[in-house]
Amino acid sequence: MRGKTQTPALVALIAALLSCYMVAVRPAIALERGAVEKLALGEGEERIEAIHALLASGDPRAAQVLAALGAGELQIAGKRVLIVKDEEAFDAVTGEKVTALPDGREDVMLNNRVRGAAANALAALNLASAERATRLAAVRELSSAADASALPLVQKALAGENDADIKALLQGIAASLNLKSGDLKTRLDAVLTLSESRAANAKALLLAVLDSETDGDVRIAAQASLKKVENRLAWGERAGLFFAGVSLGSILLLAALGLAITYGLMGVINMAHGELIMIGAYATFVVQNAFLTHFPGAFDWYLACAVPVAFIAAALVGMVLERTVIRWLYGRPLETLLATWGISLILMQAVRTLFGAQNVQVANPAFMSGGVELFANVVLPWNRIVILIFAAAVLIGMWLTLTRTRLGLYVRGVTQNRAMASCVGVPTARVDTLAFGLGCGIAGLAGCALSQIGNVGPDLGQGYLVDSFMVVVMGGVGQLAGTVYAAFGLGFANKLLESWSGAVLAKIVVLVFIIIFIQKRPQGLFALKGRSVET
Amino acid sequence: MSGPLTSAFTRLYGAKGWSVLAVCGTVLFVLFPLLNLVVPPHSEFHVSAYWITLIGKIMCYAIVALAMDLIWGYCGILSLGHGLFFALGGYAMGMYLMRQIGRDGQYASELPDFMVFLDWRELPWHWWNTDSFLWTLLLIVAVPGVLAYVFGYFAFRSRIKGVYFSIITQALTYAAMLLFFRNETGFGGNNGFTDFKRILGHAITTPQTRMVLFTLTGAVLIGTLLLGRYLVTSKFGRVLAAIRDAEQRVMFCGYNTLHYKLFVWTLSAVLCGVAGALYVPQVGIINPSEMSPANSIEIAIWVAVGGRGTLSGAIVGAAVVNGAKSFFTQFLPEYWLFVLGLMFILVTLFMPNGIVGLLRGKAFKGRRA
Amino acid sequence: MNAPAHATHATHATAGVGDTAGARVVTDALDTTHGAVLYLDDITVSFDGFKALNKLTLDIDVGELRCVIGPNGAGKTTMMDVITGKTRPDNGQVFFGQTIDLTRLSEAQIAHAGIGRKFQKPTVFEHHTVFENLELAMKADKRVRQSLFARLSSEQRDRIAEMLRQIRLTDSADREAGLLSHGQKQWLEIGMLLMQEPKLLLLDEPVAGMSDDETERTAELFLSLAGKHSLVVVEHDMAFVEIIARKVTVLHEGSVLAEGKMSDVQNDQRVIEVYLGR
Repeated sequence: MRGKTQTPALVALIAALLSCYMVAVRPAIALERGAVEKLALGEGEERIEAIHALLASGDPRAAQVLAALGAGELQIAGKRVLIVKDEEAFDAVTGEKVTALPDGREDVMLNNRVRGAAANALAALNLASAERATRLAAVRELSSAADASALPLVQKALAGENDADIKALLQGIAASLNLKSGDLKTRLDAVLTLSESRAANAKALLLAVLDSETDGDVRIAAQASLKKVENRLAWGERAGLFFAGVSLGSILLLAALGLAITYGLMGVINMAHGELIMIGAYATFVVQNAFLTHFPGAFDWYLACAVPVAFIAAALVGMVLERTVIRWLYGRPLETLLATWGISLILMQAVRTLFGAQNVQVANPAFMSGGVELFANVVLPWNRIVILIFAAAVLIGMWLTLTRTRLGLYVRGVTQNRAMASCVGVPTARVDTLAFGLGCGIAGLAGCALSQIGNVGPDLGQGYLVDSFMVVVMGGVGQLAGTVYAAFGLGFANKLLESWSGAVLAKIVVLVFIIIFIQKRPQGLFALKGRSVET
Repeated sequence: MSGPLTSAFTRLYGAKGWSVLAVCGTVLFVLFPLLNLVVPPHSEFHVSAYWITLIGKIMCYAIVALAMDLIWGYCGILSLGHGLFFALGGYAMGMYLMRQIGRDGQYASELPDFMVFLDWRELPWHWWNTDSFLWTLLLIVAVPGVLAYVFGYFAFRSRIKGVYFSIITQALTYAAMLLFFRNETGFGGNNGFTDFKRILGHAITTPQTRMVLFTLTGAVLIGTLLLGRYLVTSKFGRVLAAIRDAEQRVMFCGYNTLHYKLFVWTLSAVLCGVAGALYVPQVGIINPSEMSPANSIEIAIWVAVGGRGTLSGAIVGAAVVNGAKSFFTQFLPEYWLFVLGLMFILVTLFMPNGIVGLLRGKAFKGRRA
Repeated sequence: MNAPAHATHATHATAGVGDTAGARVVTDALDTTHGAVLYLDDITVSFDGFKALNKLTLDIDVGELRCVIGPNGAGKTTMMDVITGKTRPDNGQVFFGQTIDLTRLSEAQIAHAGIGRKFQKPTVFEHHTVFENLELAMKADKRVRQSLFARLSSEQRDRIAEMLRQIRLTDSADREAGLLSHGQKQWLEIGMLLMQEPKLLLLDEPVAGMSDDETERTAELFLSLAGKHSLVVVEHDMAFVEIIARKVTVLHEGSVLAEGKMSDVQNDQRVIEVYLGR
């Protein structure tokens, strides 16, 4: 997908650059024999020069030769240089097919330096590729270390490039090459370009300029550019932190939403909540394996199936628990706490027996790997973005269920006044079971989501139990909005502290903060004040 | 002066109770030492070091269970953080034992091995004076005590009760565990303290030292039981139970429930600390996993299995559950969690008064916790 | 939440009660020189915008038996909560005698100052015996240290025995309180209140669930108590109110709607409207 948007400023800039450095690239039918031979037969420096010469030619066949060199397919037979691939040979210079494979061929040996130069040059040539992925890989390769000989190709690619990401990287490369130019104006322009560049190494390049540059104007420009770049990097860091906070918040929210029903609304202290999350994750694992063995072609879609399966699996387990254990303990929170802790131990050990004590592998579908590059220093991983959206969807779904469906109406009725609800014909026992199942099912959904970003093992749930309770308690029991605020608040607080003090200390600080917070506001952030009901 | 005290003491149990205690005392202080130290190892009457350590360990747990019963069974406050106080007492003792190693460690340094390993040059501030046994005794009592007092003061003052209290105590021990896992804290990180050599100058693994620790633990257990018995049979104990059943009413009767809860909470924490300090030299290791929330919640099940609100129940529960644990983890390790989990469920569903409740055959009405 | 003008009262109050952290016995110092034992002045309590009490002003005289009636939600229970320190008013003052500012004291301190409260739902210690219930309620030093070493003296035993007789539970002295009938629990709770030797008793629906016979005896008991103690009775049972009432206060929407003799109040047009609907 090629981006079609361009800012006028960029167009002007590129036009200016082009007018300065327009280089004609001459077409060639055959490659320079001398260069190819030097490449194949020469020593050290000679070969590097040859690579640069080939690169400067800009010939597409040069790419072939360089690719063959990198792949170890370049051979010499006497003075003739051949590309030998799958028992077929071509003349490296003319590109003609060689019918009779000459005897006494030798592989062209490479050292790392030559290999690097070849890869670099190949990348420069690949800039003209029609495939976005190839071009992107090429610019990435060049970003780390480009040779001045690649400049004409970079300029050319820059002129024709429409993809914003690649273009930004190209600009960075061009600027970094131009910085080495002898021409003052060129260097000055390059410094100015860098101030707008999204290249990751812009800061390092500018610092190098400040280190070595002698010209005053360029130095001043570099100073200004550096300030801009640093500013942008800082924003990038902030944006990254913000995203990390939002992402952790969404994970906490997912983990806590189920609890917001079972604990928040129903008042059941479910210590097995974490294990229901774990069941969701293992359900995802099972679905993944089923897809791998039965429909490997549709593997990328396995999550579409895993989401309902995780929900149903956890909901079923939850409903069975409600019917067999929890039902008998309503109104006795501490007993419920102990019994459900027992359940959590059994579930954990059961999973260990079934799947083994080791973590299992749950793979991301292709569309969830990789990420969006927001700034040069910030990449937002797709799996986190998908989970963020998923959390929002679950939240909305849950809200709709509670406010717009009969079950939701019943649940709210039963939690507010059980006796009255029962009197007006609400089947309270069934409602309890279904509501508990709903809460557990949402925990299962959380497990499905968490399987995409972390390890899946029997202990998965333990790590989320305390966090989930903190979120619900902090938000105010029975307050959905409070749960959302608390999840994101804790997410941010955690990530902010982490950037100062490291992950473990941040966690401790947050726990201590919550402990103090609950002392101050035992009812949570959003609890309603009411006439004291206790006597 | 001695008259009323003695009578207050003898009143604690009836004739039957005292005889049972006397039998237990004889077994602990006479029979076990004889069978372990005097009877030769090849005899079938010999009690091996394994059993002495196991029973010693279980007695430490029984002290913790008594402490838990005071606060939960009698006062209705379920703490899920008692493992923290136990571990703090253990760590205080552990610091002393680490200092007792002296230069006999791997690195032959005055500093404990893990500090040498971390390239530390001197002891951190909180290790000050930890080579003094008296100071260590003070720490064992004061550290859990002060922490419990401060935490309890704020929690009870804010009227945090029920499940809220349980959850924040769990968060507390969890936070402490994370803290102790860190190397910077100066408690040996993941590995904690181990490889102890001496206590008060005596080699720690000799049968004689073991037996001293064993009988000491037994004495502390019986002392804790008598103290608990005194408390719960006094007016104080009746106020505690009243707080459990109807705290508002107690307040409107003119009792400041904050002080009652704080007293029993702090006492309970100190008892746990003492138990931890006795536990560490017998077991030979202390590490942060003692503070894991799972450990603390297990303490509750000891009490629940034995019978809440009865002191003997706490001891029976600690013995039964930990006996079963030793058996299963040794012979059927993969089933232990199933058994433990089932215990949690069955006891809460069907045995609200635990084993002792069943034995007494008294159909109490289910006590609200 | 006192206005600065009353700061003097506040200092008095703390001085009168002594150490605010502990629950000490200070009842003997109650200053009732102006004839009133309890003053509520301009009390407002709101829960999320709903005003449970709205500028409520009320005086109770020494030895008075006052009945407070009013429809559901009129603020009767909230008023008791405010007096006993369970709920803090947003605004206004509550004074016990001339000097004790109740808004500054904890529940236990208020109980010690001499105010006893009976809850709407009878609340006794269900797992304690009847005897122990009375023992726990009995006026004594109720600090932790004293409770650790407390032994009942023979006078105290006599007092408990006397109270058991008065509330007709002598035969049940060693039964668990949870096993008593509803009416017996009500009586036990009243007995516990009296063991505190309060100056002022707050009784929230004391005859709810009692048989006619029990109700009658309760009325007798209350009438005999008036004079020695001040009583505030909140009750829905109009027949009972008619037997015991001397002065009646009608609460409506958090403030006093009418006050006076039962017959006057019953004929008050506004009261009739409130009770019979608009």
